[in-house]
Amino acid sequence: MLVRLEQRPEASKSMVYVSPVIAVVLTVLTAMVMFALLGVDPVKAIETFFVEPVSSLDGLAELLVKATPLVLIGVGLSLGFQANVWNIGAEGQLVIGALAGGGLALAFFDQQSVFLVPAMLVCGILGGMVWAAIPAWLKIRYNTNEILTSLMLTYVGLLVLSYLVHGPWKDPQGMNFPESRLFHDSALLPILIDETRLNVGWLIALFVVVLGWILISRHIIGFQIKVIGQAPMAASFAGFKEKRLIWLTLLISGGCAGLAGVIELSGAIGQIVPSISPGYGFTAIIVAFLGRLHPVGVLFAGLLMALTYLGGDSAQITMNLPNAVTGVFQGMLLFFLLASDVLIKYRVRFGTPKIVKEAAE
Amino acid sequence: MSVDWLIPALLTIVTAATPLVFAAVGEVVVEKAGVLNLGVEGMMIIGAIAAFATAVSTGSEVLAILAGAGAGILLAIIFGVLTVYLQSNQVATGLALTIFGLGLSALIGHSYVGKTFGGLAKLDIPGLSDIPVIGPVLFGHDALVYLSVVSVALVAWVLTRTRCGLLIRAVGENHDAAHSIGYSVTLIRMGAIMFGGAMAGIGGAYLSVAYTPLWVENMTAGRGWIALALVVFASWKPWRAFFGAYLFGGITIIQLYAQGMGVEVSAQFLSMLPYIATILVLVVISRDSARARLDAPACLGKNFHASG
Repeated sequence: MLVRLEQRPEASKSMVYVSPVIAVVLTVLTAMVMFALLGVDPVKAIETFFVEPVSSLDGLAELLVKATPLVLIGVGLSLGFQANVWNIGAEGQLVIGALAGGGLALAFFDQQSVFLVPAMLVCGILGGMVWAAIPAWLKIRYNTNEILTSLMLTYVGLLVLSYLVHGPWKDPQGMNFPESRLFHDSALLPILIDETRLNVGWLIALFVVVLGWILISRHIIGFQIKVIGQAPMAASFAGFKEKRLIWLTLLISGGCAGLAGVIELSGAIGQIVPSISPGYGFTAIIVAFLGRLHPVGVLFAGLLMALTYLGGDSAQITMNLPNAVTGVFQGMLLFFLLASDVLIKYRVRFGTPKIVKEAAE
Repeated sequence: MSVDWLIPALLTIVTAATPLVFAAVGEVVVEKAGVLNLGVEGMMIIGAIAAFATAVSTGSEVLAILAGAGAGILLAIIFGVLTVYLQSNQVATGLALTIFGLGLSALIGHSYVGKTFGGLAKLDIPGLSDIPVIGPVLFGHDALVYLSVVSVALVAWVLTRTRCGLLIRAVGENHDAAHSIGYSVTLIRMGAIMFGGAMAGIGGAYLSVAYTPLWVENMTAGRGWIALALVVFASWKPWRAFFGAYLFGGITIIQLYAQGMGVEVSAQFLSMLPYIATILVLVVISRDSARARLDAPACLGKNFHASG
């Protein structure tokens, strides 16, 4: 065999960090080829996609607004993924969290209170947790696959949202548009920079990154999560309670997604609309992997993925490309990442293995 | 209850079940070979747009179906190369396939929104199709419906009665043993993955060419995931997957007919039924964990690397 993979005696630590870089470079190169095939100047397209959106203060602020939900959800998901708990339904948990928080804002529509926003955030977390608790309970009690149940609940959650904005929560003075009324000022998150949408939600996301880092690197629970993911037998010999960790990782990731949802509503949108998230819950899966399932990595990966959203919008406006390009970019990036991750455990060798040569002689 | 109501209802069950039959039976083969491909949704949607684009531009139904299958295979090859040759995590790669497929289909489908064509012709067998009730229900479908039944029978036969099926199952139950007696685990798995891709692609093609002959973004609406659940529900048996798909077709028509019969429920709640039913079915089937472990291929989801 000319090219083959040889198992490394030990997983390469440096490759863990080199692999995302390789993936990003390969994605950009492939995208340039793709743009050229579409008949678009590749250099200009890449500039429109990755540079133009962040070349103004407004653009940078928008980048952080988009990164907020991705980072929040990504931190939560990465905990579960490390323990082999696959919560794929973050999008649904985001929506239910947003509805729980947004519902509170509508219920106390005419009341001025400094406690309203904090209460909304708590409701959002609880809403996301409830939606994630269903797959957790089903997995523990009935042994059902959490990938499928959490995903099915995403579709249910989106339909609940659709029902509410078309029915009971529709703005009575809204010309029959499927939207709730605009939130009162006291239900909105404080804006950090005037004239932009950048809000306190970004600071909350940074705080969650720190909490996530403490939990995974400095706390016994983080240790248990890592052991149960890498060596389930060892974990059970050590007496780690698997069921408790399933509950914990699903509730944390659900809570993070719910928080992201209510921040998106109360910080960036300001009312309940039929589509609250452009797939943040799914993109956050890529963010978690790209960020090496580590909270700090997730922070950087979240910023990069937020850029692909902005890039998609900017390519649509200035180059008339459909903004579905974003999804293609994101999918490609994950492919390349998973492919280059092979280099962590294996190395590429050329020529016939030594053992085979010796045997032949 | 009059028969006028019954016939269209039964026809709706068939059209709703057929895409699920294709996707689920394809995935049965993939999982029997020990590979968990969660990208069914992505392969279906890419099959849907490929078939629709081909149908609109060439007008040929046969070419459209082939394009759907081909697009499904292409995506499956990406999955296969990553998981079989590059040892990537099957769960993550399957998710990537779905995200990529949804994005790419939206990109390609951008210029096809709002276009339409005649839709897949119904076979009309003289004499048979004219029999009241039985005629339209059994003999009044398009060719793909019959192809789906034939493919289930074929897969069931190949898996249980042929050498090829034995190899697929051997690779799925114990890849090390299969490798040690000289079978190529990688090639057999690649073959199974590509077959699964073709079937998911045809299932998607059915949606955009026969079910609703037009293109809508995300038109698979979770059917790929439901197909994955059906495989578990069917305990990896092709005929059970077939009946499972028809059961789901039945749920779809409750959704369509409940309102017609004057039931006062919001459309959104009725649309939730297939998803909630999937969860309930999973609960019933997975409850007995020892049983579930026995039914599942022993190497499902585990990568194989011939070391040394």
